[in-house]
Order: sequence, then C-alpha cells, then structure tokens
Amino acid sequence: MASLKVYIVRRVLLAIPMIFILLSIVFLIMRVAGDPVSAILGGHAPQEQIEQIKQQLGLNKPIIFQFFGYIGQLLRGNLGRSLIWGQRPVVNEIWDHFPATLELSISSFLISIIIGIFTGTVAATHRNRFLDHTFRLYGIITYGLFIPWIGIMLQLLFGVYLGLLPIGGRIGTLMEPKSITGLYVLDSLLTLNFDSLVSAIKHLILPSVTLGVYLSGIYTRLTRTHLMETLEKDFIKAARARGLSERAVIYKHGLKNAFIPILTMMGLQFALLLVGAVLTEITFSWPGMGTLLFERITYRDFTTVQGIIVFFALIVVTVNLLVDIIYAYIDPRIRY
Amino acid sequence: MVQVKYSPSKFIVSKLKSICPRKGTEYFALIGFIIILSIILMAIFAPFIAPYNPIKKVGGILEEPNGRFILGTDGLGRDIFSRIIFGARTAISVTFLAVIISLSFGVLLGLLSGYIGGKFDSIFSLVMDAIYSFPGLILAIVLAAMLGPGILNTAIAIAVIYTPTYFRMVRGLVLSLKESLFVEAARAIGAKDRTIVFKYIFPNVISSVPIVLSLNAADAVLTLAALSFLGLGLPAPTPDWGFDLKAGHAYLASKIWWPSTFPGLMIVILTLGFSLLGEGINEILTPELRR
Repeated sequence: MASLKVYIVRRVLLAIPMIFILLSIVFLIMRVAGDPVSAILGGHAPQEQIEQIKQQLGLNKPIIFQFFGYIGQLLRGNLGRSLIWGQRPVVNEIWDHFPATLELSISSFLISIIIGIFTGTVAATHRNRFLDHTFRLYGIITYGLFIPWIGIMLQLLFGVYLGLLPIGGRIGTLMEPKSITGLYVLDSLLTLNFDSLVSAIKHLILPSVTLGVYLSGIYTRLTRTHLMETLEKDFIKAARARGLSERAVIYKHGLKNAFIPILTMMGLQFALLLVGAVLTEITFSWPGMGTLLFERITYRDFTTVQGIIVFFALIVVTVNLLVDIIYAYIDPRIRY
Repeated sequence: MVQVKYSPSKFIVSKLKSICPRKGTEYFALIGFIIILSIILMAIFAPFIAPYNPIKKVGGILEEPNGRFILGTDGLGRDIFSRIIFGARTAISVTFLAVIISLSFGVLLGLLSGYIGGKFDSIFSLVMDAIYSFPGLILAIVLAAMLGPGILNTAIAIAVIYTPTYFRMVRGLVLSLKESLFVEAARAIGAKDRTIVFKYIFPNVISSVPIVLSLNAADAVLTLAALSFLGLGLPAPTPDWGFDLKAGHAYLASKIWWPSTFPGLMIVILTLGFSLLGEGINEILTPELRR
C-alpha cells in the first residue's frame, strides 16, 4: 500500500495549484471586470462612502497585495465577512446552507444511480432491440433536459394540479428537527420526530426527482456501454458454461465488473451534480448553496461569492481525489 | 438480352435512398439536423412568422391560449408565440458566438500548447484543467454577473467554461501527431514550425471538432438558458426563453401554466437537436463505437 500512499500525497499536492488557479481567475474577474463598489452602492454614491467600502474590501491596496492578503487569510481558514446583513462570517453562511445542498445531492444521486443502472442494464441485455433504442433515447433526452423546466413541469403536475407535494422550501413552517447533522431527513430520524420526517421527505421528493432524472441518463449510457463490453468477455462465457442463471451472470459477474468505469465517471460527473443542484435549488427555493450564491450575486456580496467559489473548488477536488483513491482500492490491478 | 431502360424516377429514388439514413443512429443525426435547421430558419425569418411585436402589449394580461394568441399572453400582455419565435434569435446568436469564441481559443491554444510543450504547455494545461474540473455553470454565473448583461458578454461567460473542452481534445491529438511519421518527414525537409502546425497538424485535428462542437452547443444552449433564467442573460425586454420561463414561474401557483411551459419546451427542443446531431455524427464518424 506504500505506493498508494505516495500517490495520495502527490494527488493532494497537485490539487493545490488547481485551487490556486481557480481562485486567481475568480479574484481577477471580480477586481478587473466588475466594479464591486459601484455595484454595491450604485453609480452616484458620496465619495466618503465609496472610500469606506474600498477600505472594507481592501480595494485601496494594489491588486497583488489584495490577492496575497486573501490567500493568507484563506490559509488560516478565514473567508472574511459578508458585505450585507449583519456582516456574518462567510464560513458561517456556507455552513448554514451546505447541509441542504448535501441532502439534495445525496438523494438525487441515489435516484440517478438507481434509474441509470436499471435502464442501462435493461438496454444492454436487449441489445439493438426496442428497449435498447428506447433507453438510448432516454439517455440522450434526459441529458438535454433543462432542469428548471422539468422542475416547473413537476411542480405544475404534482404540486399545483394534483396537490400532492409542496412546490418549494425544505420543510413545513416551524417543523425543523433539532439540528444534529443539518440533514433534515436524518435529523428527524435521529430525534424520532415523525412529523418532521414526513414533511422533510415530501419536500425532498420533487427536487431530487428533477435532478435525479436529469443525471440518470449519463448512467444509463455508461452502464449500457460498459456492461455490453463486459458481457462479451471470456469469464462471462465461462460463467454461462458453468450453468449459472442468466440473472447471476448479468448481476454478479457482469455488472460488478462493469462497475469500475461507472464509478470513475461518478467522480467526473460530480461537478455536473453541483451545477444541477444549483439550478434545482433556485427552481424549488431550496435553501442551499445555489440559492445562497444566486442571492448574494444579486446583492453583490463579493466576499461571500468568493468564499462559495473556494468552497466549491475544495469540494470538487476532494471528491475527485476520493474517487481516485477508492478506484485504486477496489481494483487491485491499478497501481500508480 | 435484358434491356436496361433508363428511368428517371427510379434514378431519383435510388439517389434519395443512398442519402437516407438506414440505422437508428443515423436517424438521430437527421432529426437533430432538422430541429436545428428549423430553429435557425425561425430565427432568421422571425419578423415574418411572428404574428405580433414580441415586446409590445398586444392583448389582455395572462390570456389563456386561444384563437388570437395561440400560446396565450404573458404577465405583460405580450404574445407568447411571438416571443418564442424571436427568442430563437437570442438563443441561436448567443450559442453561435459562444461556440465560435471557445472553439477558436481552445483550438489555437491547444495547438500551440501541444506543439511547443515545456513550461508553456504545463501552465496552460493547468489553467485549462482547473477551469474544466470546476462546475461550469457556477463559474459562468460569476462571470456573467461581473460582465453584465448583453449578447457578447453572455457569450464570453459561456465561452470561458467551454474553451478547455476544445483545448484538451486538440492538445491530446497534437501530442500524438507530433511524433507521427509525416510530421517528422516535414521537419526533415526543413518545414518551418508554423507550416507544420497549420498545414500538417491542424487539418488532422480539425476533423474531430464537429462531434465535440455539436455536443458543446447543446451544453451552451442549456448554460445560456440557465443564465437568463437567473436574470443574468440579456437585458429585460429582449425575448429570451430562459428569462420568459423564469417570469412564467411566478404565476405557477395560480394554475397559469402557459407562460412557463412553452419557452422551456423550446430550450429542451433546441438542446435535444444539438445532442441528437452530435450523437449521430459521433456514431457515423466512429463506426468502431457502434455497438
């Protein structure tokens, strides 16, 4: 396992310039393309107010000092304070909103994997027949779906016309469970608060189905391609020759081996999951990171926006790293 | 002896048959092409197709689809059908611009980076990889918010996040082509670097662009729609599907479905057109992937 350790260390070290570059891009865009001060105050603010804001943002210093000042603070885990509404620390803002995003992402991810692997397996085992073509088309169509639209259509059908499910928010008013993890479903379970649990799940269904269906098409296609490839291998023939049932051949031998490339793809698609989550959150007024980002961009709260970008970059890098490590761990053939 | 009689009708039928798609995937490409072509035509001839001025109040507020307004009117009494027709202009022009910008920068930088190599290559690759791995829309949101509304600005915001796609593809190809025999031969007869890059490598690289381009355009349509859905696209009265979808969303709870349904449907149709085309070209050009 020594080589794996070396590999992990190298990957972590490689992640640092990545975050640094992303940060510089965002930093430059914010300072060069946008004018935070007039964006915050409007065009006709008095001079001293402009100076005050500049002071606060550190904009009166040369850009290179600002940048390294920010990096220095960042290394100490300090993302600065929000520019609006009581100027809370950005870190707190992020931690308040992140559990909502996490909850949505986990449930959508599960939905997409279940749909994707199921449809992909059916397509692969019905090669070039009707079901295969249907699910291939499904893969193409879902990828082209515009999340807010599909969300709005679901809201119309299940929320407005059938009245079955709420069309926005995360939980009924005053029904929040005692916060332990910040994930409402989990918290309600832990505190045995069943009213909250029902409400939380009801609110979760439409957004996660929206995002789940959008992402499922990718897994349909992946599962189909890789399973087909695997099913042509010799060990599958051997399994069949041993008289194993078709079910066992496909699920135990085929799918299990086709799973490795699918797993890598999950890591690569993680960025897409985040993007999807942002749009889903805004469509369903889901109080997560996406909603926070959008709200703060509208109010020109630059420090918070910067903090969110850093946070997203960290998550993406961490997840890709984790997937790589898991990948190396479950497939003993892979050595770095 | 069998007399072969020339029959024009048979000739035409056989010609048509030869260009007709035979496999399911070739139909994908054809359908995609038809969708894109009709939306482009819709954009070009918008003033002739649209029954009303898309930015003027022409009827009652939020009229249901009826004989006069086939898709109803929006919250400001504007004809939704006309807005959808003119919205094609926005969608097509921004997508087109964004794709052109990202394509030119991506291909050029990829060629140079791959060919020159060394420090230059490492730096560019690192920057491109950083952008590539980051959730695209989030970067585009920040960019669009900073640059402000407008066709060019929105196109730039979208182009930045798709440049790495072309860069990575071209760079990879250049790295392998650089070692190939014909490039070595060119170098041996004393061709300049410029000639090698643009006359020898470039033509071999450009052939793999259409697939990426088509799938990329699908993504660009979605990103544009997302930006305008968030109000970061074009300035207000411009007909824009994403923006209209957002505006229609506000009336949802009162069972007013038409202002959001139709603009959103157009976004999905156009995206579908590009992805079908990309998928189809992909299978036609790379038959080894055909399973």
